[in-house]
Amino acid sequence: MGVDEQILQKREELKTCGNRQYLEKLEAQGKMYVRDRLNLLIDPGSEVEDGLFARCLDDGLPADGVVTVVAKINGRSVCVLANDMTVKAGTWGVKTILKMMRIQETAIRMKVPMIYLIDSAGARLNEQFDTFLDRRHAGNIFYNQGIMSGVVPQICAVFGPSPAGSAYIPALCDLVIMVDKNTSVYIGSPRMAEMVTGEKVSMEEMGGARMHCSESGLGDVFVESELEAIDYIKSYLDFMPQNCEETVPMKESTEPAPGREVEDIVPVNQSVPFDMMELVDKIIDEGSFLEFKKLYAEELITGFARLGGRAVGVIGNRTSVKAGVLFPESADKGAHFISLCNAYNIPLLFLMDIAGFMIGTKVEKNAIARRGARWLSSLFNSTVPRISVIVRKSYGAGYIAMSGASSQASACIALPTALPAIMGPEPAVNAMYLNKINEIEDNKERMKYIHAKRQEYLKDINVLRPASEYYIDDVVAGSMLRDELIKRFYYYSENYDSDRQILKKRNIVFRG
Amino acid sequence: MTEIKATMAGVVDSVFVEPGTVVEAGQKVMAIESMKTIMEVNTTVGGTVTAIKMDVGEFVDEGDVLLIVE
Repeated sequence: MGVDEQILQKREELKTCGNRQYLEKLEAQGKMYVRDRLNLLIDPGSEVEDGLFARCLDDGLPADGVVTVVAKINGRSVCVLANDMTVKAGTWGVKTILKMMRIQETAIRMKVPMIYLIDSAGARLNEQFDTFLDRRHAGNIFYNQGIMSGVVPQICAVFGPSPAGSAYIPALCDLVIMVDKNTSVYIGSPRMAEMVTGEKVSMEEMGGARMHCSESGLGDVFVESELEAIDYIKSYLDFMPQNCEETVPMKESTEPAPGREVEDIVPVNQSVPFDMMELVDKIIDEGSFLEFKKLYAEELITGFARLGGRAVGVIGNRTSVKAGVLFPESADKGAHFISLCNAYNIPLLFLMDIAGFMIGTKVEKNAIARRGARWLSSLFNSTVPRISVIVRKSYGAGYIAMSGASSQASACIALPTALPAIMGPEPAVNAMYLNKINEIEDNKERMKYIHAKRQEYLKDINVLRPASEYYIDDVVAGSMLRDELIKRFYYYSENYDSDRQILKKRNIVFRG
Repeated sequence: MTEIKATMAGVVDSVFVEPGTVVEAGQKVMAIESMKTIMEVNTTVGGTVTAIKMDVGEFVDEGDVLLIVE
């Protein structure tokens, strides 16, 4: 056998899984072998791999349990690391951590997205002394993630476990996708919890995909299969630039999906809830919406879309869920999404139908003001073009959070149904005329008085009043809305698209 | 037995069922006014309403039991 043939044989051996007995188990769990997973993600044959031979002289440690490649996805360069569950349960050994750091550093140098395909039982305990303390040990991976935040997109898909310290890999990424049933991400395992505190809990409850995507917010995208996770990564990359110095490439514009007219979608009666998603679909290019954090704080819609071919981030209030008001969780969700879009130069569209931030002891104890302020701070410090549309009511701090004119939006325009005010007619009349109301003894007369005052108040906050004062920039018919937004985003993005504008800022991505 | 709970704080605006009413999953059973919006409450399960825990005009907190379906 020639030397070439020998090395080719060795390469093949290292690539085809050292511990074949685990393959069947993976298959039974609906999981793929790491290289099959990788091959579905990247353009065929585009990869170069480093560290295939790492620990090739050790027994049963091919590539030390992690595959690291530079490759193309739909023609664009990316860096990928992927844990190999068949090698010591994907644990981090001495060369695993070095390989992970090296691929991160390559992503920084190349200024390309970094993708983490996670499926690992965490630190390899019998090697812990040589993986934990030094400057080039495991903590350096998280440090790299921290300094990469907002510089290159960091995307994480969790296909299996990611326990203890390694839970911070998803936690430090911009976007986290979790596969149902197989994901388990936690700081302390259920077994550890039982040992230390006596709590008895299932793996799913402690760190499953559904829990994280709907309750903790650590997961952003819940998927049912590995294929779905891979598809989502590709769709998401379509909305990302290569790095913070670039903008997202334009696509060809397509018409919105057929559906009801805007004036038929938006109910005139302000207390009737409606699903803002129908309005979003009426405005954006057909089929372009990619929802972000769909299962978390559903009263707030966040997602990417194309508007006349341009990538935009959409934030809308969904009054059909929890009246569409902002809760501590929705504040976190909004802050995360705004900082994400701002980091990667994606303009923002706000669709307002909001009675404000939720009130009551429950939300106060849950830090509504502190968490709401993080949203506000992310918004105020964002520099991407922002257009806000007052769709219906827009009261109090809700108006400010949804990028009203006073939040220095590029433009704040209104639909005819808009009703912006510091508060709604009921509490306002109550606050202004309480003494007078209490003085009227006859019940009927009192109700008449209240009704008259409410009507008076409503007249004052009618959309033409703020338009006449030039507090808002324009009032447009529903039928004009899409074209109006496309034109405005074009103009406000024109100068922004130059490097000079972009380089003025850099922000890290705050996860909500 | 399934407890139908309030998803947010508010005041009961209307009750559309009474003990003994047979309901289907997804059916509107109550409306709660909160933050200037009338929110429908739909039962998550089908069955017979056995108890109404809150009356019109009463304040309910998030998580409070509104009614019971068996």
